[in-house]
Amino acid sequence: MTDTPLSAPVAKGARRAATLDRIQRALARLLPVLTVIATLVGLWYLACIPMNAQQSLLEAERAGVAITPATAAERRDMGGLALTFGNPGEAVARAYGQERPRLPAPHQVVAELWDTTAGKKITSRRSLVFHAGITLAPTLLGFAIGSLAGILLAIGIVHSRVMDISVMPWAIASQTIPILAIAPMIIVVLNSVGVQGLVPKAIISAYLSFFPVTVGMVKGLRAPSPADLDLMRTWNASGARTLMSLRFPSSLPYLFASLKIAIAAALVGAIIGELPTGAVRGLGARLLAGSYYGQTIQIWSALFGAAIVAALLVATVSWIERVTLRRMGLAR
Amino acid sequence: MSTALILGTWAALWGLNVKLAGHSFGRWAAPVLFGLTLLLLWEMTVRLFDVPTVILPAPTQITVALSENGPTLWADFVQTVLKGALSGWVMGCAAAIATALLVARSDFLRRGLLPVGNFMAALPIVGTAPILVMWYGFGWESKAAVVVVMVFFPVLVNTVAGLGDNSPMQRDLMRTYGATPSQELRYLRLQAALPFIFNGLKIATTLALIGAIVAEFFGSPTVGMGFRISTEVGRLNLPMVWASIVVAALAGSLSYGLIAALEKRLTFWHPSQRARR
Repeated sequence: MTDTPLSAPVAKGARRAATLDRIQRALARLLPVLTVIATLVGLWYLACIPMNAQQSLLEAERAGVAITPATAAERRDMGGLALTFGNPGEAVARAYGQERPRLPAPHQVVAELWDTTAGKKITSRRSLVFHAGITLAPTLLGFAIGSLAGILLAIGIVHSRVMDISVMPWAIASQTIPILAIAPMIIVVLNSVGVQGLVPKAIISAYLSFFPVTVGMVKGLRAPSPADLDLMRTWNASGARTLMSLRFPSSLPYLFASLKIAIAAALVGAIIGELPTGAVRGLGARLLAGSYYGQTIQIWSALFGAAIVAALLVATVSWIERVTLRRMGLAR
Repeated sequence: MSTALILGTWAALWGLNVKLAGHSFGRWAAPVLFGLTLLLLWEMTVRLFDVPTVILPAPTQITVALSENGPTLWADFVQTVLKGALSGWVMGCAAAIATALLVARSDFLRRGLLPVGNFMAALPIVGTAPILVMWYGFGWESKAAVVVVMVFFPVLVNTVAGLGDNSPMQRDLMRTYGATPSQELRYLRLQAALPFIFNGLKIATTLALIGAIVAEFFGSPTVGMGFRISTEVGRLNLPMVWASIVVAALAGSLSYGLIAALEKRLTFWHPSQRARR
């Protein structure tokens, strides 16, 4: 009879303790990360002062405030730090509100990001979401083509010794080549044949995501132990059957690890692929246009836009990885 | 007719390759033959189908461009690889390893920096090129700066991971020897971290070349591999573009090979190195 009232608070307390424990552990994991990020942001704000000092003091001079080297000509060859220490008040006060700062402050970048994503219609040319979409299409197409080709080549390499010893060294050597250097050539050459738009950029993305997947998949398809492979042989399993039932499942962790590298590489490829076309649309175009017109805030917001897209893409692959591996009972 | 000829050559050489693979010297002969086969097929395709030079130059045309423009290509190499990529690589890797040594002393910092570093290593950092070109001008200094930013995080993450890769047993052993912290760092932690550091350095060599070349697309003096590629593409002088790419590929493979050779000398004890013998 007295059992329930006595034990209930205890169970409740235990559950609360468990929840507290979980929160505490999450905090212990998050706290160092947040500290590092906060430090970096703090350093960024500090760096803005000397980086923007030239412009700050020019504005102060125009506003009629007395500053130590009085003319711009005298200040031209001085370093940002020297200027800041000469006129601490003006340099700090005017560092964070400039139109075209050398180094925009974090809140300026965030404001621009917010303005160009939430503040504009998605179909507008000034919307960063629009430009991200333009870049995303060749990224995903190239990623799909490159990964598929990489998996097929890996299957060939694993099943044919000749392919292994003749193709594999070249696949590895090709990773040491600065592939991005040929991006402008691919774009211009395909343009001269009449192929434009999505396909040339997708080819660069595919090429960049191809080799990580090949190398990772070869490793993964070779991951089954000799004992497992012998077992398949005692069951008289065909090569295709061994591939589907043993090699492919055991290669999945390796595949996902390389897919994460590949999709980040594909995005870089698509961004670089936008540079030589004269830069009209896409994240790479925003970078280039920003650097032509000195719109630093636009460059930084495009850069952070690209970073967010990259993070989302990698997170999506990780999520698929977690779901798939859990379904297959491979999750740790 | 031409298609049949190309396919026939390919089949014949592939058959030879299959034969070669059975021999003991096939390990190096087969890839060489495969490379030569590709070159030969490329040359045949261009000649038999009359592919215009502006689309795909033949290997012989590229070789001619290579030999005729030796001084130009050398100047580009010095500007991009030696001044931009190499100096940036050295500065970036040194800074990353130094930071890692500082970070590894504190567990708090390590747990904070590793996720952030991993995240940064996956980002399209090449995108900082226009900003850094704006800050440091068109010269090689801005290229070196791009390279520093690009190689920093992969090397940092690998070094930090490597410095933590030793067992409590090993650390206890060092303590029983009465090793000072600096001795423990030198004889245990750094040694154990070497395979990881070299992994980071290898990734960094490729990134350094990419960074130096791509940064030149955003502004450069009239010399440099990125400048050469983008201007010669504009003039549709494709053999010269390919010659630059060959130089870039050679520079990339050679620097990777150098690092790999150094790795073999310094980490001969590691299972991945022992297995190869």
